[in-house]
Amino acid sequence: MSGPIRQGHWHKSRRSILRIGAAMAGGAVLGPAAGAAEMENSPPGEPDWTKAIGAGVVDRPYGRPAEFEKDVIRRNVPWLTATPESSVSFTPLQSLDGIITPNGLFFERYHAGRADVDPHQHRLLIHGLVERPLVLTMDDIMRFPSVSRIHFIECPANGGMEWREAQLNSLQFTHGMLSCAEWTGVKLSTLLDEVGLKKEAKWVMVEGADAARMNRSLPLEKCLDDCLVVYGQNGEALRPEQGYPLRLLVPGWEGNVSVKWLRRIKIGDEPWFSREETSKYTELMPDGKARGFTWVNEAKSVITSPCPEKPVAAPGLYEVRGLAWSGHGKVKAVDVSFDGGVNWHSAQLQEPILSKALTRFTIPWRWDGQPALLESRVVDETGYVQPTIAELRKVRGKNPIYHNNSIQTWQIKPDGKVFDVQLG
Amino acid sequence: MLLLSGFAADAAGPGYFGYGKPATPAEIAGWNIDVHGQDGVGLPDGKGTIDHGADVFAQQCAACHGTFGEGEGRYPKLMGGESTLKGDRPEPSVGSYWPYVPTLFDYINRAMPLSAPHTLSADDVYAVVAYILNFNNIVPANFVADRDSLPKVKMPNRNNFTWKDPRPDTAAKECMKDCVDPKAVKIISSAEGKDLTPKTTGPLDTMGN
Ligand code: HEC
Repeated sequence: MSGPIRQGHWHKSRRSILRIGAAMAGGAVLGPAAGAAEMENSPPGEPDWTKAIGAGVVDRPYGRPAEFEKDVIRRNVPWLTATPESSVSFTPLQSLDGIITPNGLFFERYHAGRADVDPHQHRLLIHGLVERPLVLTMDDIMRFPSVSRIHFIECPANGGMEWREAQLNSLQFTHGMLSCAEWTGVKLSTLLDEVGLKKEAKWVMVEGADAARMNRSLPLEKCLDDCLVVYGQNGEALRPEQGYPLRLLVPGWEGNVSVKWLRRIKIGDEPWFSREETSKYTELMPDGKARGFTWVNEAKSVITSPCPEKPVAAPGLYEVRGLAWSGHGKVKAVDVSFDGGVNWHSAQLQEPILSKALTRFTIPWRWDGQPALLESRVVDETGYVQPTIAELRKVRGKNPIYHNNSIQTWQIKPDGKVFDVQLG
Repeated sequence: MLLLSGFAADAAGPGYFGYGKPATPAEIAGWNIDVHGQDGVGLPDGKGTIDHGADVFAQQCAACHGTFGEGEGRYPKLMGGESTLKGDRPEPSVGSYWPYVPTLFDYINRAMPLSAPHTLSADDVYAVVAYILNFNNIVPANFVADRDSLPKVKMPNRNNFTWKDPRPDTAAKECMKDCVDPKAVKIISSAEGKDLTPKTTGPLDTMGN
């Protein structure tokens, strides 16, 4: 039997096999992994869980995932940062279906730890080049006309550890600084209209209420275009990890500018050149020059199944699945290669296809048990085509840290195992 | 009906909704901490010497950043790396990379020391800024940091930033067939066997995926 089915992960394994569909040689795969007790719960046996009544309502007043899903959690790379308070955790993309990231699995990025904010005492101060400087309570903010939008947030350092070489054998760690949610809040433009901008207004500084009082500058144009000040995330209040009770949401731009625990918006006529837009979140080029204010996350895609965490069980028919997204708008097309980029095949895009949101793609694949190199390549509505890592390195070298949106290659070995590789 | 259509009005002017309270000067002053990195607008009253900065730094910063900013463990270095930026292994630091000095005041005042953020007086922040600039050989021993002197200090790397995004800087095509020579498809790097990947099953922080 080829690797993926491990003792103790029976239920999860079976579920993913069922998802792959009828074409699989089910018996051959299921057989050896299933102990006698477990088989009694499959036909023709009567499952244990049908023999007694279950827990009643509000046994779990909030609710939580099945215990068999306990491995599906945010994880971090312990060697990456000096301290967990200034660090990052990664979303387990390998175990998620659809385009919405469950709130408890949304990736985290802190500069001074998670702030636990009392919403009754939280205030948003808007001042600077405005007619009416304002202090708003959460109740005030929630009275403004509200909108809901589905958008991804991606840290620009997502894939940053892969600039030099393939390092992390895991979808979670190569791509997991990426999540997507439905956000509810008020348009930033509504708030700016309410305070009244002076005519010299050109730049906006946004600042958090965390211990780092993290701040960034944004051009006014973007603020008036599609930025939101949000309090809702997938139908409930923001999680503390995502900035409860209030955060900025800057669609399509590097995650750092979507300042969490938003407490202050100051209008000015020049950028602030804060530490997070000079020392960090700038890209060093091979000639020693650095690029700043590179806000947009350009189009990117990745195959989420198979991946290192989800090897291929045995030769047969599979649905290859993945995610694509663009900070410039909608995904127009995704192509998939099984031979390391020699030939490409159009994948099916799944509805909904939303601007600056994750978009699913799928394509059937009959694996013959031979080595294969799987890749996906997105084209967005501007016509931009996702580059290879070689193309990116040619222009930007190996040290930019940020904005690695290259094509990911998964190497499939004859035993079905999957490895993160880079092609030359 | 009238209310509804009014509510959605795009042309609503300042104060249309009337929610919230006007911000008082005292409220604004309490939170108005930002300093413009380039010209230092927003720098507060106060001043600091390098000697005093060395004392404050030894007590408040050196445990993580090292006595002379050389960095302890994985904590950031605050010095060094000059002439490494074009190399294969660049070491960007305050001295070798940062474009503007007032940003340093702003950031330390905003976020440092990590374990007791923004507990330093303005004088102490000015002093550690002076000390950090001095151990980076950017200012002389008699330098005094204040709102006038900081914006005038020229950082060595200040002219090496571009603030306009040049992307897209690649021009990949959506080729579908025979896009590369199959013989040229070579794996040049693999994560296999590098032992850098934590496990994605079982307890957190277990290495070896
Ligand atoms: C408990 C450890 C700790 C102490 C104490 C500490 N720092 Fe830091 N410092 C950090 C960490 C961690 C970071 C990186 C934070 C991040 O990137 O979010 C940092 C970042 C910095 C940076 C930015 C470095 C860069 O290149 O971007 C400066 C400047 C700095 N600290 C100055 C100070 C000063 C001055 C003090 C004393 C007043 C101090 N720090 C005390 C841990 C510490």
